Amino acid sequence: MKSNKVEEIGASVLRGCQVAQEGISLLLETLYWIMVGPFKSKPIDSKAFFSQMVFMGYDSVRIVFFVTFFTGVVLAMQSAHQLSKMGGTIYVASLVTISLCRELGPVLTALVIAGRVGASITAEIGSMKVNEQIEALDTMGINPLRYLVVPKFLGLLFMLPILTVWGDASGMLGGYMIGVYNLKINAGLYIQTAFKFLTIKDIYTGLSKSLIFAVIITMVGVYQGLKTDGGAVGVGRSTTISVVTSFILIILADCVVTGIYFFVKM
Amino acid sequence: MADQPDIILSVRQIEKIYNGRQVLDKVSFDVARGEIFVILGGSGCGKSTMLRIMAGGVKPTRGQVFFNNRDMSAVKGDELEKIRRCFGMSFQSAALLDFLNVEENVCLPIKEHTKLDPRIISIMAQTKLNLVGLGGFEKFMPSELSGGMRKRAGLARALAMDPQIVFYDEPTAGLDPVVCAVVDRLIVDLTRKLAITSIVVTHNMESVFRIADRVAMLYQGRLLQVGTAQEIKDSDNPIVQQFIRGDIEGPIQVS
Repeated sequence: MKSNKVEEIGASVLRGCQVAQEGISLLLETLYWIMVGPFKSKPIDSKAFFSQMVFMGYDSVRIVFFVTFFTGVVLAMQSAHQLSKMGGTIYVASLVTISLCRELGPVLTALVIAGRVGASITAEIGSMKVNEQIEALDTMGINPLRYLVVPKFLGLLFMLPILTVWGDASGMLGGYMIGVYNLKINAGLYIQTAFKFLTIKDIYTGLSKSLIFAVIITMVGVYQGLKTDGGAVGVGRSTTISVVTSFILIILADCVVTGIYFFVKM
Repeated sequence: MADQPDIILSVRQIEKIYNGRQVLDKVSFDVARGEIFVILGGSGCGKSTMLRIMAGGVKPTRGQVFFNNRDMSAVKGDELEKIRRCFGMSFQSAALLDFLNVEENVCLPIKEHTKLDPRIISIMAQTKLNLVGLGGFEKFMPSELSGGMRKRAGLARALAMDPQIVFYDEPTAGLDPVVCAVVDRLIVDLTRKLAITSIVVTHNMESVFRIADRVAMLYQGRLLQVGTAQEIKDSDNPIVQQFIRGDIEGPIQVS
């Protein structure tokens, strides 16, 4: 019985290693097609790239705004509650700004995009796989990674940092609303305090995270899509796994990157 | 002495093992240039796998495929890609890309592999669509087409690069008898008019005898018989006869 359990754990670890290896080789192949592809075959389809940017970026503006704006509101209310006890209500502004730029903005935006865009990437590629469209591309001598994945990969790599900045700004607006209209902090003073403690490191910490999250969301989505089999049920299963895996990897990557910035003085 | 047929594709001792299960077992046959060669067999007998091995999409576990006397397993990378551009494939589900309209689907391989002007590519695509009787449907999305039209659009795409061989995976599956006959006529007409070779996988017996020059019958991953359509019809092999007649009783056991 005990040995069975050990075997199961061993098999799970081996499976995990295999998935990681396949995921990394998928990423390397995608990077190859980004860098070598334009010289070897046709350049990246600008129309596909642009439409991906619109779908991933522009179409996500509203949902990112709602999530981060109300997070900013909640963050301001919660911190005001604590800070007012120490007479430091004014610091709500900088607390909201720094929390959003370093942590909440990139993570919340990435989670929203993993749910919206990552799921759509898996569902689209998974459906194409079960309907023989991926095989058709292959048969026509068109590499599916170059044709389908590269525009998505670059689209999200460009759009997620922009959405993160938008998410940071929306959250700050939420904090501003509470600070100025509820806590009655002078508007000019609020803005001044908000940016007083914000350093350039806070900005690039958040943006560097968003780049890593973009890679995670696209590659998990594509990997699960390409692994899909078993018709409509298979597409549903892959989409669920894709979103859950992206969520876990985003939180893990956030922890690792934050740890690096925390322990290694950069 | 009879003329030796001009062999375009040779399959030698092909074996394929999937997850420990032998799907194909030492299958060998030749396909002559310009003929319609049908691979016949029941569900799960390995005929679709055979088609994909011949088209270069799946690697055999053992054995070789020769295209124009060239061993496909010995070529890799760009050379293999070049060979595969001599093939066209018509899929069971048509496999048109959902996000492109009919014309864009047909243009896709030409656009990706040539540097031709988009207007010329569009004219080429229209020519192929006219060949399959889909002139006027260029701007339709795949979801707006009927099953038969989708298959014909898929066929137009398979013909886009003027292939030497077109592979058909169950071209009449899911179609009504009249549309089946239309697709069969199309396969024969295109093969003769464009002087291409057609390799068709099917289990539709009416289609087989309507289109086939020669037939290979697979059973449980093995090649049972190869011959002209008439030879297969007159075969004294009880498995072949049961399959042709669709009898429940006989050596073929359905589990």
